[in-house]
Amino acid sequence: MQVSMTVNGEPVTREIEGRLLLVHFLRDHLGLTGTHWGCDTSNCGTCVVWLDGEPVKSCTVLAAMAGGHDVRTVEGLEQDGELDPIQQGFMECHGLQCGFCTPGMMMTGRALLDRNPDPTDGEIREAISGQICRCTGYATIVRSIRWAATHPHGKQPEPELAGAES
Amino acid sequence: MTAVTERRLTEFTDNDQHPVGYGRMLRKEDPRFVRGKGHYVDDVQLSGMLHLAILRAPMAHARIVKIDVSAAQAHPKVKLVVTGAMLAEKNLAWMPTLSNDVQAVLATDKVRFQGQEVAFVVAEDRYSARDALELIDVEYDVLEAVYDARRALDPDAPVIRDDLEGKTDNHIFDWEAGDAAATEAVFAGAEVVVTQDLVYPRVHPAPMETCGAVADYDAVNGKLTLWSTSQAPHAHRTLYAIVAGLPEHKIRVISPDIGGGFGNKVPIYPGYVCAIVGSLLTGKPVKWMEDRSENLTSTSFARDYVMRGEIAATKDGKILAVRTNVLADHGAFNGQAAPVKYPAGFFGVFTGSYDLQAAYCKQTAVYTNKAPGGVAYACSFRITEAVYLVERMVDCLADELQMDPAELRLRNFIRPEQFPYETKTGWVYDSGEYEKTMREAMRIAGYDELRKEQAEKRARGELMGIGISFFTEAVGAGPRKDMDILGLGMADGCELRIHPTGKAVVRLSVQSQGQGHETTFAQIVAEELGIPPDDIEVVHGDTDQTPFGLGTYGSRSTPVSGAAAALVARKVRDKARIIASGMLEVSVADLEWEKGAFHVAGDPGKAVTIQQIAMRAHGAGDLPEGIEGGLEAQICYNPSNLTYPNGAYICVVDVDPGTGVVKVRRFVAVDDCGTRINPMIIEGQVHGGLADGVGMALMEMIAFDEGGNCLGGSLMDYLIPTALEVPDWETGFTVTPSPHHPIGAKGIGESATVGSPPAVVNGVIDALEPFGVRHVDMPLTPSRVWDAIQGHATPPI
Repeated sequence: MQVSMTVNGEPVTREIEGRLLLVHFLRDHLGLTGTHWGCDTSNCGTCVVWLDGEPVKSCTVLAAMAGGHDVRTVEGLEQDGELDPIQQGFMECHGLQCGFCTPGMMMTGRALLDRNPDPTDGEIREAISGQICRCTGYATIVRSIRWAATHPHGKQPEPELAGAES
Repeated sequence: MTAVTERRLTEFTDNDQHPVGYGRMLRKEDPRFVRGKGHYVDDVQLSGMLHLAILRAPMAHARIVKIDVSAAQAHPKVKLVVTGAMLAEKNLAWMPTLSNDVQAVLATDKVRFQGQEVAFVVAEDRYSARDALELIDVEYDVLEAVYDARRALDPDAPVIRDDLEGKTDNHIFDWEAGDAAATEAVFAGAEVVVTQDLVYPRVHPAPMETCGAVADYDAVNGKLTLWSTSQAPHAHRTLYAIVAGLPEHKIRVISPDIGGGFGNKVPIYPGYVCAIVGSLLTGKPVKWMEDRSENLTSTSFARDYVMRGEIAATKDGKILAVRTNVLADHGAFNGQAAPVKYPAGFFGVFTGSYDLQAAYCKQTAVYTNKAPGGVAYACSFRITEAVYLVERMVDCLADELQMDPAELRLRNFIRPEQFPYETKTGWVYDSGEYEKTMREAMRIAGYDELRKEQAEKRARGELMGIGISFFTEAVGAGPRKDMDILGLGMADGCELRIHPTGKAVVRLSVQSQGQGHETTFAQIVAEELGIPPDDIEVVHGDTDQTPFGLGTYGSRSTPVSGAAAALVARKVRDKARIIASGMLEVSVADLEWEKGAFHVAGDPGKAVTIQQIAMRAHGAGDLPEGIEGGLEAQICYNPSNLTYPNGAYICVVDVDPGTGVVKVRRFVAVDDCGTRINPMIIEGQVHGGLADGVGMALMEMIAFDEGGNCLGGSLMDYLIPTALEVPDWETGFTVTPSPHHPIGAKGIGESATVGSPPAVVNGVIDALEPFGVRHVDMPLTPSRVWDAIQGHATPPI
């Protein structure tokens, strides 16, 4: 069957099998390998992308179901060469180690901040509780999302460093 | 040096004692990961690539009667179907394990655990390969399964490994450590003896990226390139050469970005071999990527120890001896990944952090109809089990003596002046200041206030617990006279090349699965040479581009490869000093090194930087006599001893008496890993291990039913903590450098996984004190805790 959708703002049309999962469509057919596949049961959340602005687990969505809809992946977070504050936050606060869960965590974190710009730590933990990270123990992920909340315009240029030597 | 780097230096060095230069700098690898540009094995796409899927055994123990692959072969998108019998014709049906056993690549005679590899299909796409598995018809003759190690040695237990000539039981090995007679003498005369049975259940590392490989055999050049999820690419390459008979220089193993390892990616799995065979037979690149269920049911598990602990002491709390008897479940093949002279791994450090008069351990390992493995999940070669044993026993003793568990530990620690300290099982601890580390944890936790709060809550019928553990790890395997894996010494190489413009490339034999090597190792070289870390490229994970070494596991990268990086940089600096003496026209002895430059002693203005020296080394003009051009060096570092990181952990839990639900309210971790290189990365390593520990203590277990069916085969059944089950960690540190490591560093990657489970369990048992509960086996699920509150016996695992 033929499926058409918008992915990161670009229209795409492909001939696919009806049973093809969205995660495999993105990875194998479009080469967008930032979205990962970590389990078969919707437990791990490494595959989270946005479908019309809502975080979904793309291992549990058929590519056909995304037809006519707007999909956004981690590759779409960076705009005009500027990293999204959520991406900067993960770097600033050591919110990642192996990086495998990171795209899904960032997509959920960005979606949370879009509807709740100043979440509590408890609300952040709740938002990412459908996703698993084996490396970080979550505290730095919470801090990373909080960093993005407190830096809505991202990292500002470094101040002058006069006298900072020695 | 750029302004940004300078700012990091000045901003962060004051935050921590003694970090190696550049301290808390942000990670160099992160820009690609946050853009989704990490490159993992499943991201490898090659022209004409085929996909491999594996048919697995549906039951734990059965004889294979017949396999019919004709329908699968007829599938229009299938290129190849292979069974064990076909591999046997090529002498590839069995492969050696890392413990000198053999393991079936594809089963020929019997299947020996549920999930074992039986056949594989290579097809044009992922889905078709899976479809074709459904078309393979296997007839099995089902046999009784041994699902419990305690049953394995019964005279009437079915013999699992009848493939081994003359094998008539399920016994693998007996191993002992310490002095049995001396220990018995101490126990016989002791005022207090406490005995406790403990089960450390089977758990699984479950990295977020499962295992997989892409094999690409180039028939023209005879070269095999294998992208694989390997924590030890060099060791894997050598073993492939030995197993498959391919010349070693014609094998290139690439471990690209790896989505977590935790020991799960140390062994060679049948799937890797199948991918290689698939590529050899089809002439095309072949990708195999297991799914989560395959990962949980067939790849290397961890623990599965049935232990009896005994501790002897005086009435006033002087610990005299520890003794233990262990039954170790190694699964259907002994695939444990540990140095060959250490069949029980480093369990011998079960004497813990205490100054004892005697200690003894006897261990028996058995085969069962369960997946092979045993050393995985950040266990530092079984130290996880050892620390759990001794730290639970110390708490049981504290309960018996009605003594505060912190006080009991403080009375028995090895004292700083006793280092280097040889334990009663022969391990030489390098350094530690245990009391200082323990008191720092008690200070951060507010220990005395917590005990007051607990007393008030108990008076109100609320269940609050405070759990303590103190661990000593033994990491950085290891000295080549003692430690090898299948004859390969556990040394690590490092190569460093300074380019003409003063930028550098450092090539490591170890490989990162998230530990941040590209940053930490750049920092080590930067500290030694004064070249900014951003100017140093770290290359790792590719056997064609890096020197030989044994890889990353057992917290060995910084203790072994980190030492190699520091020493290779010093070797470069030594040569630079000679070149500088020529440039400045003074003798070598008149030069002093500071901040990336040599200057003439007493005349700091007369100096040349390492960058200027690099240009001279590659440029025109004379060099001092006997000095070759170029500025590079290589080294192979053989550690003289392991390093012994240690730490004090305090866990505060609340238990709901109505439901048995445990909430970890606070967790304080004070780690001493010697010299700290990047405190941000160190804390990250600790955080991750603490979450592992909470998971193991409260929810993680790979259980089996009486038929040998795995009950933990998906993430719906094998529970891993989410952000809601863990607290915001509170970390601290002390710094006691390792005396034999060039920069005083010790490993840190596994400390928290090793040290945290007993802290959580001790906390829960402490909370249950009003009910007289002495012990509950992990995982402390609500039902187990509720049963304990009701006075029911702990259900067997």
